[in-house]
Amino acid sequence: MGNWIVNNGFTAFMLVIWMGINIFLFVWFYFFYDLGDQFFYTRHLLGSALAWARAPAAVLNFNCLLILLPVCRNLMSLIRGTFVCCSRTMRKQLDKNLSFHKLAAYMIGLMTAVHMIAHLLNVEWYNNSRQGAYDKLSTALSNLDDTDNTTYLNPIRTTDLIPTYFVFTTIAGLTGVIITLALILIITSSMEVIRRSYFEVFWYTHHLFIIFFAGLVFHGAGYELDFSLTMLTWMWVIGPMILYIFERLLRLIRYMQTVQYRKVRLLPCFFFCSPLNRCIVMRPSKVLELQLVKAGFKMEVGQYVFLNCPSISQLEWHPFTMTSAPEEDFFSVHIRSAGDWTDKLIDIMQKLPEGAQGPKMGVDGPFGTASEDVFDYEVSMLVGAGIGITPFASILKSIWYKFKNSNPKLRTRKIYFYWLCRETHAFEWFADLLQVLEREMEERGLGDFLTYKLFLTGWDQSHVDHVKVHFDENTDVVTRLKQKTHYGRPIWEKEFEQVRKENPTSVVGTFLCGPEALAKVLAKKCAKFSDVDPRKTKFYFNKENF
Amino acid sequence: MGKIEWAMWANEQALAAGLILLTGGIVGVSGQFRGWQFAAYAIAAGVFVCALEYPRSKRAKGTSVSRPGQHCLTMCVKAFGPLTRNYYVRAFLHAGICIPGGFMLATVLGCVCLGIASLIYLGAAVRGEHWEPILPRKDVRKPVGESIKNPPQNPPPRPPPEMRRKNINDLEGAAYDNPFSTTADEY
Repeated sequence: MGNWIVNNGFTAFMLVIWMGINIFLFVWFYFFYDLGDQFFYTRHLLGSALAWARAPAAVLNFNCLLILLPVCRNLMSLIRGTFVCCSRTMRKQLDKNLSFHKLAAYMIGLMTAVHMIAHLLNVEWYNNSRQGAYDKLSTALSNLDDTDNTTYLNPIRTTDLIPTYFVFTTIAGLTGVIITLALILIITSSMEVIRRSYFEVFWYTHHLFIIFFAGLVFHGAGYELDFSLTMLTWMWVIGPMILYIFERLLRLIRYMQTVQYRKVRLLPCFFFCSPLNRCIVMRPSKVLELQLVKAGFKMEVGQYVFLNCPSISQLEWHPFTMTSAPEEDFFSVHIRSAGDWTDKLIDIMQKLPEGAQGPKMGVDGPFGTASEDVFDYEVSMLVGAGIGITPFASILKSIWYKFKNSNPKLRTRKIYFYWLCRETHAFEWFADLLQVLEREMEERGLGDFLTYKLFLTGWDQSHVDHVKVHFDENTDVVTRLKQKTHYGRPIWEKEFEQVRKENPTSVVGTFLCGPEALAKVLAKKCAKFSDVDPRKTKFYFNKENF
Repeated sequence: MGKIEWAMWANEQALAAGLILLTGGIVGVSGQFRGWQFAAYAIAAGVFVCALEYPRSKRAKGTSVSRPGQHCLTMCVKAFGPLTRNYYVRAFLHAGICIPGGFMLATVLGCVCLGIASLIYLGAAVRGEHWEPILPRKDVRKPVGESIKNPPQNPPPRPPPEMRRKNINDLEGAAYDNPFSTTADEY
């Protein structure tokens, strides 16, 4: 239990506050409309459906305010920067911005349903009252008109219309239907299946939020009831809307700044086939390295940028982790073929003549994620799965530079690096980097600063045979590194136990860039091996995600 | 946008529309709205659409993620053969189902959502997509390697006898450590 508090306590606290505000708003507005004297006659017509429609509206206002904020990534970066001096815990919360965005979205969906059902009842009962289907008082109240000394109570002014007609001919009704429709389309295209596999559908449909917010402002402009409502919808959402507009403007400005190509490399990869003929085959690789230069661009380790290539797609910005260190005078990204956009980019680069500048590229960023913290921890465990080792390329390079320059900013005493992948042929460039580091460390006699373990999870019989034949060699057959490759997945219990044994009093930061399943495993192990006692080893878990 | 399977999105949209129709129908019937008969229809239509759309289709490319507990409905939907396989049929079916929903306020949203799903299905059908059931894979165990059944016929290659014979002049090299302590037979 203590471990859970150490790792998740603050998040749980923020969630409790958020839920608390939601509940408070709902209950407060419910009783405002259900007990307030000024609504006595309206309640005669509508019963508690009035309150049931108004309470979710307040919660909706609050969540529509919140939902825009986590996706203002420049704002998030700014806040992260401000907290550099403050606690690590605060900055960890900002890693979870997408989760919070989704949570707010679920609440909006739920409240929209309640609000809509309540209004369905309202409209039906208003209409029935108008047509005299209920008691005399209802009919009399409905008959009240907009004259010198009375105002109407029942918004349905004529006796011969149907609810559908009424809804579609009032601003509130029409905007309500339109924005609910937009919301439903946004939600269905944001389901995990669509988002992961058909990103463009998700991204373009999500822009319906513009219609959603525009319609929302008109929908909540207040009509027949809100004489004493102090805060209308636009007052809630105008702030975040302006912030978001600034965010998009900033992306536009960043995009306009010129980006020069320093080097474009299509990386070959080596693939050994069978142990019998020991052939080395160069395959046309699906990894593209771009080295770019942009005026005034400053980065930190493990940060990512968004790239936009108008010749491929005007609106799409895709995130890529930078693989260069801040100490270098350029920034680089390694782009792997992973879909339409990346395939087209690799295609364009392949056709590029030697030394020519590539197509115009817009760069937004850099944006910081958890890896910036890696030097703050005395001991760091870095786990990269597959393509997830990319941010760690930046970190390891930066370590190399900091060591060469004896940079005092480096608080880290020890780094454990775990690289998990099915096959290595897409990551030859990373193996090269490790070779260089290995040599450097040995030359300076710092062999135990960096302990790395490579796990090849996609091994088969031919690998085994090859290893058996080359058992005695000094370097590993797969990577040509001194450290031998492990086969299969790591046994995390053993790894954490080893780290704890070798560092009995340290704060250990665990950084993962990889799949969700592994994140759960590592988070659990961090919680399990952490000690609430501040003098003993404590593991903090940080996950990168896009 | 070349590789997008629109049917996957149409499926999500249609499932959502089915649920909305169902909800609208329940509200209409339980509130005894005017035109509650349309609401009753919407309940039936909503259940039908949900049942039809719940089993996710197998993707043409990539791994398919099935919805929890969809196997039973997959079998039912599969039983209708070409009627459920073809997305043109689904598009027109949904277009037809959604129309009565437009006659009552409680169900009008479900009607529009289902109409949109129908349009996306039409687009998917035009691009040649069709519904494939996700069937559980029978895991074939890899057969045990042949080498276990066929032990080697010949002894392993050994260096020629000259090399194996121990050199009388090199007693040190000829000696070997016996794992057990030995005593010479002495009697």
